[in-house]
Amino acid sequence: MTAGLVTFWILAVVAVASAAGVVLKRNPIHSALFLVVHLATLAAFFLKMRAEFLATAQVIVYAGAIAILFVFAIMVLIPGREETGTDALRSQRLLAVPVAGLLLVLLAVMLRSTLFAGAGPKTSVAGGVATIGRTLFTDYLYPFEVTSVLLLVALVGVIALAKRRVA
Amino acid sequence: MVPTSYYVGVSAVLFVIGALGVLVRRNPLVIFMSIEIMLNAANLAFVAFGERHGSIDGQALVFFVLCVAAAEVAVGLAIIVAIFRLRRRLSVDELSLMRG
Repeated sequence: MTAGLVTFWILAVVAVASAAGVVLKRNPIHSALFLVVHLATLAAFFLKMRAEFLATAQVIVYAGAIAILFVFAIMVLIPGREETGTDALRSQRLLAVPVAGLLLVLLAVMLRSTLFAGAGPKTSVAGGVATIGRTLFTDYLYPFEVTSVLLLVALVGVIALAKRRVA
Repeated sequence: MVPTSYYVGVSAVLFVIGALGVLVRRNPLVIFMSIEIMLNAANLAFVAFGERHGSIDGQALVFFVLCVAAAEVAVGLAIIVAIFRLRRRLSVDELSLMRG
């Protein structure tokens, strides 16, 4: 087994385990901390695939902004009281497990396709700032500009939601 | 070099875990975290396919997914906080009506 494969398997185990931790932990704070581990692992995956810019953006945007936002919201909303009491939809929730298993089986069948076998060409593209910036500002210029509108709309919407006084 | 199918396999497992989280959890915050897991699984697949084809387009798409995820979390958490101020309880099962 090469060093690349060893790193891959370590990262894969950490990623799957932390994702399971997010879903299984009862306390939302624990879930948020597992989410940070998960996002950091994903950043390591990106780094492994020569996507340096994305790895950095992943750490800044997800682990920095989004995870902090989650922790902040949990602190505001006082955790621990939810997910107690009787579960009115327990049968549906139990049904969710076989449904998710079925989804996994379907994806596994799809992955057996020869389309995904083997590695790609040896000449992998390094996703540095220069390369990805050139792509974003030439081929993807229009979607990139639309993104700025999306973020502006989200900003205005959040302010409007937060300002509304609820009696 | 790690085969592309390995990355896509991990991505599939992560997506299923995220979908399971959305289905079984009652806390909207944890549901949002599960959605983030699913988005990240898609990102992983994007980057893996981009690497396979020696193309930068996959990484450009991940950039847009990052932007959408940031906007989604900001708006979603604002809505959750607004609902919490109105109801003092957090459970998605009780939020079956569109009007307050």
